[in-house]
Amino acid sequence: MTTTTVHDNLIPPSERAEPGPSYLSDGHTVASWLLTKDHKRIAILYLVSITFMFMLGGFFAFMMRLELLTPQGDLLTSDTYNKFFTMHGLIMVFFFLIPSIPATLGNFLLPLMIGAKDLAFPRINLLSWYLYIIGAGFGLFVVLFGGVDTGWTFYTPFSTQYSNTWVIPITLAAFIVGFSSILTGLNFVVTTHKMRAPGMTWFRLPLFVWSMYATSLVMMLATPVLGITLMLLIIERTLRVGIFDPALGGDPILFQHMFWFYSHPAVYIMILPGMGVISEVIAAFSRKRIYGYRFVAFSSLAIAFLGFLVWAHHLLVAGISIYSAMIFSFLSFLVAIPSAVKVFNWTATLYRGSISLDTPMLYALGFLGFFLVGGLTGLFLAALGLDVHVHDTYFVIAHFHYIMVGGAVMAYFAGLHFWWPKISGRLYPEFWGRLAAMVTFVGFNLTFFPQFVLGYLGMPRRYHAYVPEFQVLNVMSTAGATVLGVGYALPLFYLLWSLKYGKIAGKNPWEAVGLEWETSSPPPTQNFTETPVVTWEAYQRNLPEVLIERG
Amino acid sequence: MSEVELHGEHQHPHLQHHFEDLGQQHVTVTLGMWAFLATEILFFGGFFFAYTLYRHAYPEAWTIGAHHNNITLGTINTAVLICSSLTMAMGVYFSQLGRRKPLVNSILATIFLGLVFVIIKGVEYAEHVREGFFPGVLFTYSGPEARHVELFMVFYFGMTALHALHMLVGFGILTWLVIRAQQGWYSAEYYGPVEVVGLYWHFVDIVWIFLFPLLYLINRHG
Repeated sequence: MTTTTVHDNLIPPSERAEPGPSYLSDGHTVASWLLTKDHKRIAILYLVSITFMFMLGGFFAFMMRLELLTPQGDLLTSDTYNKFFTMHGLIMVFFFLIPSIPATLGNFLLPLMIGAKDLAFPRINLLSWYLYIIGAGFGLFVVLFGGVDTGWTFYTPFSTQYSNTWVIPITLAAFIVGFSSILTGLNFVVTTHKMRAPGMTWFRLPLFVWSMYATSLVMMLATPVLGITLMLLIIERTLRVGIFDPALGGDPILFQHMFWFYSHPAVYIMILPGMGVISEVIAAFSRKRIYGYRFVAFSSLAIAFLGFLVWAHHLLVAGISIYSAMIFSFLSFLVAIPSAVKVFNWTATLYRGSISLDTPMLYALGFLGFFLVGGLTGLFLAALGLDVHVHDTYFVIAHFHYIMVGGAVMAYFAGLHFWWPKISGRLYPEFWGRLAAMVTFVGFNLTFFPQFVLGYLGMPRRYHAYVPEFQVLNVMSTAGATVLGVGYALPLFYLLWSLKYGKIAGKNPWEAVGLEWETSSPPPTQNFTETPVVTWEAYQRNLPEVLIERG
Repeated sequence: MSEVELHGEHQHPHLQHHFEDLGQQHVTVTLGMWAFLATEILFFGGFFFAYTLYRHAYPEAWTIGAHHNNITLGTINTAVLICSSLTMAMGVYFSQLGRRKPLVNSILATIFLGLVFVIIKGVEYAEHVREGFFPGVLFTYSGPEARHVELFMVFYFGMTALHALHMLVGFGILTWLVIRAQQGWYSAEYYGPVEVVGLYWHFVDIVWIFLFPLLYLINRHG
């Protein structure tokens, strides 16, 4: 040994010890899972929970698409349809998308990536999961005992005075799960500040950590406002006082302002983690350092910051002053800048990279296309004049699904496949993975691209019937949803299959760089045998010793 | 022997497994509390925002509502709460010196003053309900601006109840702190928990410092 290797820095040869048991084999009782304080096990708890909620939300979506196969409202009554789109939205937003990447991959990877033994507050991390479960319990109660029909936005005064469904339990569910989100964000922020290994400076952090950090700030600072807004809603509905009801002296626009002050930043809670995953996957499968590291890192913070200043673009046609509408329209355009910075930098990373089209990369490339379409159509909606025309049409539906499903969910699957060998210690079957990625890509486009056209032609959202001229496009969309459903179901089967029959992964099957790949797969409970000391830059690949070691 | 010296700090009974040393644990826990308080500011902030908007819209109703409040009890309560912050600060000071008995007494005094505050608040609540100022079906005030005075009372009850809830949570944490302190957990080397509970308590105090003028002192001059 003439050179100092990465591993010499990580673990001095004299102290190289056998790692302890992997986190999966460290206890097999139910209590060892339900009372665990290990961030990796909590990530698995979340993974199981959100997968269940994803299937439930997907069921409601599929029923809606089935109803829309024909122009008449024949499968679901209008009341049932109202409940289905409400519960689809609530479950997907609050119980799947918001926790999806942060609570599973973030929880699992953040300490590994910065060389820590755990998150800063392991018990609070477990508490977050229990709060999620309690919230989900309220949600399931509502689903099972009659549903709710306010739309996921709970607009007043319908939700406070008129709706005859389970409004209070479902707002409580959102309130409680909000605290789960706040505590997760707080934990991640403090962990990133205080738990980094020696030598892991801010600008050596993987970009996934930067995006988790930006996400966590938004979770911490936006979610409490939703909490208080929902409290006010509950007070108004219980006491019949006029906080938001104009008949009693309240202001319904105030509810919309306060709701979107959280719920617009929440869109960035959903997409920023996805951007972090994409940065990791593109760097790994292009065999290059990410292009413009600092720009990508700061663009996450810029998106988080600007995300707080654009909420009223949801109210452009709600009767706010034209001057404030112009300002919010302008600010909304600004979000495009850091988003474009990211897309350009990812593309530049691909340029002359040594690209391999493994499953995570296929998902990531799909993300790039979807995010581009979703982002650009967002600019249409931010434009005042055009928004009047397409507001509350399927154009909006298609736009935000391109971001939240095409973007966030694709990134979630990219990350799940990329880190699956690390999480489970096994490789999934690559053929089936690529197939699922391509089926998802085709199914998604077939589902949502026709909706842009439908919306532009004027089909309004939230109705169970429509004029017959729209049927062809709706049939295409429903057919696409079926394909998409297959694309989402496939990983469930082969990932579970791989747990038992998959090839042993080894610690770094992708030859990726990052501390998480320096420990065994699955990692030991303590993550690292010795606290690593970082002496290299993020994504630095030209370490000769790494090449030697990997033959 | 050298092993013990080398890892002496690792053996501190209150060092959690995932921290390198007590120093890291201390700064982490402190940052955690500050971050939590930031979320609390946003939480209360939503209430203050809506309050401000409606105070601007219905200034007369806000004056009527504030004049209805019992300014004597409110003032006494403000003084009581500031005193409880003083005893809490003394607790932090004694914990840093590792003086067990004064620490326990300071926290007990903090709990006592907090209880006095909550009891006085309860007396005020009972008065409001008796006089028909509780929003909803119990609201019987029918003077000028009745609807909007009711809205003021929504904010009054909502904000003070949220504040009182924070105090109740505080009692739980302080009680836990007393038990730990009596067992001799805290020393000059390890006093982080006392300090962060102190931060929390001062935050709850400061919220009241804002609530008192906003809910009691509107147009009291002249």
